[in-house]
Amino acid sequence: MLTFSRWKQITILAICLLGLIIVMPNFFPRSTVEKWPAWFPRKQLNLGLDLRGGAHLLLAMEVNDVRKDWLDTLRDDARRRLREAKIGVSAVGIAGNAVQVRVAKAEDSEAALKALKLMVEPLGNPLLGSSGQNVDVTKGEGTSITITPSEAGLRQRVIDALSAAIETVRRRVDAMGTTEPTIVREGTNRILVQVPGLQDTAQLKALIGKTARLSFHEVHPTLTAAEAKTTRVPPGFKIYTGETKEETDQVLRETPVVRGDELTSANPAFDSRTNEPIIDFGFNNTGARKFGKFTQDHVGKPFAIVLDDKVISAPVIREPILGGRGQISGSFTPETSTQLAIQLRSGALPAKLTIVEERSVGPSLGNDSIEAGTLAGVIGATATILLTVLVYGTFGIFACVGLIVHGVLTIAIMSLLGAALTLPGIAGLVLGIAMAVDANVLIYERIREEVRAGKSAIAAIDAGFTRAFVTIADSQLTTLACALVMFWLGAGPIRGFAVTLTVGICTSIFAAVTVVRLMIFYWLNSMKRARGPLTLPV
Amino acid sequence: MMFIPNFKGYDFFPHDLRLPFMRYKGLALILSFVAMGASLALFLVKGLNYGVDFKGGTMIEVQSKTGPADIPQLREKLGKLGVGGVQIQSFGTPADVLIRIEQQEGAEVQQQAAVKKVVDALGEGYQQRRFESVGPAVSSELRWTGFIAVVAGLMAIVAYVWFRFEWQFALGAIVALSHDVLLTVGIFSLLQLEFDLSTVAALLTILGYSVNDTVVVSDRIRENLRKYKKMEINELLDLSINETLSRTILTGATALAVLLALYIFGGEVIRNFNFAMLLGIIIGTYSSMFIGAPLLGYLGVKREWGGGSAKVAPNAAAARAKDRAGVVYK
Repeated sequence: MLTFSRWKQITILAICLLGLIIVMPNFFPRSTVEKWPAWFPRKQLNLGLDLRGGAHLLLAMEVNDVRKDWLDTLRDDARRRLREAKIGVSAVGIAGNAVQVRVAKAEDSEAALKALKLMVEPLGNPLLGSSGQNVDVTKGEGTSITITPSEAGLRQRVIDALSAAIETVRRRVDAMGTTEPTIVREGTNRILVQVPGLQDTAQLKALIGKTARLSFHEVHPTLTAAEAKTTRVPPGFKIYTGETKEETDQVLRETPVVRGDELTSANPAFDSRTNEPIIDFGFNNTGARKFGKFTQDHVGKPFAIVLDDKVISAPVIREPILGGRGQISGSFTPETSTQLAIQLRSGALPAKLTIVEERSVGPSLGNDSIEAGTLAGVIGATATILLTVLVYGTFGIFACVGLIVHGVLTIAIMSLLGAALTLPGIAGLVLGIAMAVDANVLIYERIREEVRAGKSAIAAIDAGFTRAFVTIADSQLTTLACALVMFWLGAGPIRGFAVTLTVGICTSIFAAVTVVRLMIFYWLNSMKRARGPLTLPV
Repeated sequence: MMFIPNFKGYDFFPHDLRLPFMRYKGLALILSFVAMGASLALFLVKGLNYGVDFKGGTMIEVQSKTGPADIPQLREKLGKLGVGGVQIQSFGTPADVLIRIEQQEGAEVQQQAAVKKVVDALGEGYQQRRFESVGPAVSSELRWTGFIAVVAGLMAIVAYVWFRFEWQFALGAIVALSHDVLLTVGIFSLLQLEFDLSTVAALLTILGYSVNDTVVVSDRIRENLRKYKKMEINELLDLSINETLSRTILTGATALAVLLALYIFGGEVIRNFNFAMLLGIIIGTYSSMFIGAPLLGYLGVKREWGGGSAKVAPNAAAARAKDRAGVVYK
C-alpha cells in the first residue's frame, strides 16, 4: 500500500536537498562562489566548448615519421655497436622497412650477428610475460645482416611517442597562458586539444604545427651541395635544403654534433649590433662539452644549425664556444623567434602532428546559444507545466514539482561528474524531461482508468503506481540501453547527448515516481486529517 | 500540503472512444512500406546533403559587423580566389553568413591554405563566430561511427524488447523503428537538409522516443492478452491502442510543445536537429500504433502468458463487460 517509513521519507527529502545544495553554485557568478566556505560545494556545471566558446583541435601523429625516426636510430645504433666490436663494415643503410648491414670481411659475419643480436629487446612487462620483440635480426645472403622492426615494436614506439608528444603539446599550450586546456590521447595515434575561451587558433596551430627538432651539424669541409648533387654524396653525409632562399643547400654530416634535446634554455632576444630577432640558448653540461670540443676543433670553418631537416643558418666558427651558450640567427620576425623559443624550450615533438579536425566557437555565438536555449527552455517548461496542471489538477502540480526535482538532480549529477553540457546535451536533457513527463502521464492515466473500473481512491492510486511502473521501467530501460550504446560508440556530440540522456533517465525514475508518490502520500494524509470525502483530483 | 490548492484536473479525453485502428491496418502498412521504399530510393538516388562532419571540408560562420551582410559581393570576392567549391549562404539573421569550403585536393595542408585565403579575403568587416574543419580520414570515420551508433542503438533496443516480451514484439519494434529512421532520413534527403553528427543524435533520440511509445503499447497488449484470453487478436490490439491513446496524445503533445519552443527560439545552430526531432516524434507516434501493433496481429502471438493476473478479477470482468459494450465494431 501507499506508505513510507520515516527513514525512507527522510532519505528522499535528503536527496532532494543535497541535489539543491550541489546545484546552488550555478546560480551565482564565479567570483561570489569562490568566496564561499570550503566545505560548501563550489563546482559549477561545465559548459562544452560549443556553449562557452573555445577551440578544439584533433591532431594525428604521422606513424610513418615514427617509423622513419626509429630506423634512423637503429642504423646509428648498429653502426656504433659494430664500431665498438671492431668489425669493419662496407655499408650500413636503410632499405625499405629495415636496416641493412654489409660486413666487410666474411669471417666477421658471425661476430657481427652476435653483436647486433644484442639490439633485440623483449617488449612489454617482464612480469606479465613479453609480447614479442622490438626488432628481428636475421642473416641474409653473403655478409649482409638485416634488422627489421616488428609491428608490435612499432606500436609500442607509437604509444611512447604519443605520450611524449602530449607532454610537449601541453608545455607549448601552457606557454600561451590560456586557462584549463584539455590535452588527452584519442585512439592510438591522436591527441585532442581543447582550449576554452580561445578563438583565434592561428597562434595555437603555429605552436603545435612544428616538430621543432633542432640540431647542430658539421659541414662537409670541401664539397658544396651543387657538386654533391652531380657526383655521389660521401657516406655519412647528406644534402640538407635551406629554410629560405638565402640559405643555400649544404652537405652536412648526418649524425649531428648536438641535438636540441640537450638545450636547457631558449629565449627570444635581439642581436645587439644588427637589431635582428635572434634566440639565445644554453646547453646542459654534456651538450656544452660536446659543442665546446667541436667548435675548438673547427675554428674558422662553418657549422650548420638545422631545424626540422632544413638549414636555418650556417655561421662560421670564429672562436671556440666553451660556455655552452650561444645564439641562433635566421630570418626571424619577433613573432617567429618567440614561437621558436617556446617550441625549443618545450622540447621537440617526436613526430609531425597534422590537424585532422578543428572546431572553434566564438564567445558571442556561445552566448547567443545559451540565451536561445534558455528562452526555449523557459517557454517549453511553461507549456509543459500549464498542460500538466490543466489536465491533472493538484496531482499535476505534484508532477511539476517532480520535474523540478528531476532537473535539479540531473544538473547536480552532471556537476559532480564534471561532464560538460553541450548543445546536443541540452537535447538529451529535453528528452529526459519528456520521459519524466511521460512517466507521470502513464501513472495518472492509469489511476483514472482504475477509478473508471470502480476502484476506491486509495486502491486506484496504489494500482496506478504499481501497474504503470512496469511500463515506465520497460520504456526507461530500453532508452537507457540505447543511450549506453551511444556513449560507448559515439563521437563528440553524440557522446554529450548520451551522457545527459543517461543521467536524465536515472534521475527521472526517482523524481517522477518516488518523489511524486511521496507527495501523494502526504496529500492523502492531509485529506484523512480533513476527514472530508476522498475524491481524486485527477 | 496545505499550501497546494486542491482542485480537479480537466480530463479532456473521451474515454469510451473506440477508434477502429485495425480496420485500416492493411492500408496503413502498405502506405508505410511504400514510404519506406521511397525513402530508401531517395537516399540511394539523391543521397544526403552531408555536413562537414561527414563529408570533410570547412565551414565558417561569420557575422557582418556593419549591418546586413552583402552576400552577392562576398560571392564575387571569394569567387576570385581560385579556391574550389566555395558555397555562401545566409544563416538565420541577415548579418550572419555561412561559408563552406569543400575538401580540397591533396592533404590537410592544401585545405588549410585554401581556408586561410578565404579568411584573409573576408577582412575586417566580418567577425568569425564558428569554425569547423574536418579532414578526410576523420570524416569517413565519423560517418562510420554515426552509422554504427544508429544500428547498434536499434539492436540494443530490439534485444531488450525481445528479452522482456516475445520475438513478435521485437520484430514489430524493429520494423517500426527502422521505419522511423528511414522516413526521417528520406525527408532529409528530399529537402536536402544538412545531415551531420547532430542529425545522427536526433535519429538516436527518435529511436528512444519511438521505442518508448512502442513499449507502452506492447505492455498494454501483453496485459490484455493475460486479461482477455478469448478475445480475437485484432479486437484486442484495437482495445490496447485505444486504452493507451490518451497517454500517447498527452505525452506527444508535451513533447511537441517543448520541441516547437526549441525549434522556434532555440537558435540557428540546432534548428536542423530540432526539425529532425519534430518529424521523428510524429512519425514515431504513428509507427507504434500503425506498424508495431498490427504486425503482431499478422505474426500471431502467444496467448498463454504465465504468471500475472491469470484469473480474471471480478472488477476486471466488470470493466471488460463495460469495455466490450463501448466497442463499435461492424
